[in-house]
Amino acid sequence: MFSACADPKSIEGLQWLLCYLTTGKHVDFYWSFATVLSLLAITAPVAMGFGFAGAMAARSQILPLRWLGKGYTGMVRGVPDIVFFLFFVIALDQGIEWLNHQVQCPDWTAPIRQGLEFRVCPEAKVPLGSSPQWLHKLYGFGLAILTFALVFGAFAANVLYGAMQAVPRAQLETAEAYGMSQSQVFRRILVPQMWVYALPGLSNLWMILIKATPLLFLLGVQDIVYWARELGGAKTSAYEYPHGDWRLYYFLFLLVFYLSFTRVSEIILGRLTAKLSRGQATAAGEAMRKAGI
Amino acid sequence: MSCWETVSAYAFRSLGYGERLLPRSDFTLCQQFTLIGSGLIWNIYFGLIALTFGFFLANAIAMAKAASNPWLRKPAEWFIFVFRGSPLFIQFFLAYEAFVLLPRAGIEIFGLTVQTSWVTKAWAGALFVLFLNTAAYSAEIFHGALRSIPKGDLEAADAYGISGWSRYRRIQWPTMLRLAWPAYTNEAIFLFHSTTLVYFSGFPAFQQRGDALYYANYFADKTFNPFIPYPIVAVYFVILTLLLTWVFGMINKRLNRHLPSNMSRKIRLRPQLIR
Repeated sequence: MFSACADPKSIEGLQWLLCYLTTGKHVDFYWSFATVLSLLAITAPVAMGFGFAGAMAARSQILPLRWLGKGYTGMVRGVPDIVFFLFFVIALDQGIEWLNHQVQCPDWTAPIRQGLEFRVCPEAKVPLGSSPQWLHKLYGFGLAILTFALVFGAFAANVLYGAMQAVPRAQLETAEAYGMSQSQVFRRILVPQMWVYALPGLSNLWMILIKATPLLFLLGVQDIVYWARELGGAKTSAYEYPHGDWRLYYFLFLLVFYLSFTRVSEIILGRLTAKLSRGQATAAGEAMRKAGI
Repeated sequence: MSCWETVSAYAFRSLGYGERLLPRSDFTLCQQFTLIGSGLIWNIYFGLIALTFGFFLANAIAMAKAASNPWLRKPAEWFIFVFRGSPLFIQFFLAYEAFVLLPRAGIEIFGLTVQTSWVTKAWAGALFVLFLNTAAYSAEIFHGALRSIPKGDLEAADAYGISGWSRYRRIQWPTMLRLAWPAYTNEAIFLFHSTTLVYFSGFPAFQQRGDALYYANYFADKTFNPFIPYPIVAVYFVILTLLLTWVFGMINKRLNRHLPSNMSRKIRLRPQLIR
């Protein structure tokens, strides 16, 4: 990166470290933090969307829709989430290819499952075998995001469903007495009031989501864990920057990253809770009113 | 190979008994059930031992966090923060790398050589991490329960002249346990769930002796078919969860036996999941 780093064997000390930390692979490592952050930034709203839809379905008047919602929210209880992570990625991948196969090659006769292999016609491969490397990476990342959103959507649906049930019945009845329709009650009364009940659960979920990001590594995405293992491993003198086994320090760095991330989130969410409790008919809101805040 | 032969060959494969070679082709449902069930032994081992020892450490840390002395309180707060604030996945990696750095030949302490190679094995190293992790999560639960003991109970104890250690042992601790139990049940369930991370996080599976998910992953990789092995793991874990809920429910009943039935705390499953 710098001209002084042209010959790493000859430099020493702080300069060596500076050059070492700015190699191309390290820049990739720093970029992988952006991968993790973008995963969080994309997954959180998508999972909220899934959760909202799931909670609405679970409250629905229509029986099959309610079953669907309840099934979705119930799915994640009792089974380790990592099972879902490993399962969904393959299942989604195969499902997409299978659908594509039905559309693209309707007259393909060979069975798709040939013993141990899953074989669709070459045109139905997603992404195509000939497509560039970055498209494969992007597809893998997209699958990971979809998996995260599905699993966390189920958790969010749980939380939001509980929050919708927690809004005092009298509030809804008052709205009905004023002649609001069901959808108006939902939009104007239920949704604005439910957030204060949902926030503890949602902030818990956000913490969990942060702590679940290392699972990206298991899904085959080159995330921070991947790079920490890759860069930290012992390098012989055949490399430009030989060093011993430094994985411990890399993982310590990741630990500090996660700890500070969760700490900052905790502080921000605490402030948000205080803000939302203001003027609400809850214990926290009452305490704030008495304190004169 | 009939199903019974498969069971007798592979039932204890994860512990190193029976057939050494894993099946390589013509996978049957029976093989998958047997091997994944065999791997479940490890999940139960990690969960049970970490939970048992973690319970005692959690009590100590919860007391330390509730102490007024900052020399006790601060370390407890930091311990809980570090283990609850970071992913278990990273903790596993970190612990493994730290254990690997220990000298191979062992450490000399007062002329005695302490062997160190065993801590890099999953059965000890991963167990240690899980133990500390569950202790931190449970300590937070117990600390919360300690703080929500009804004020009247403590005043009554004072009025009777019960104080110090005997107040803790006879009034505070039982009430704390009673209040914390529903949350602690969830903690136990999610501890068992998180045992599935062990073989995906640094600690290598020695001679392919892995846990339930390790074998499920093996089958899914070999057959390219996730629709059989993962649901099998799910079934096993649902059964395990039901068993745990039942056992903890019995204990909950016993803890609340002096209360009218409508006042006892019900156990509700709350998703808390990934560490």
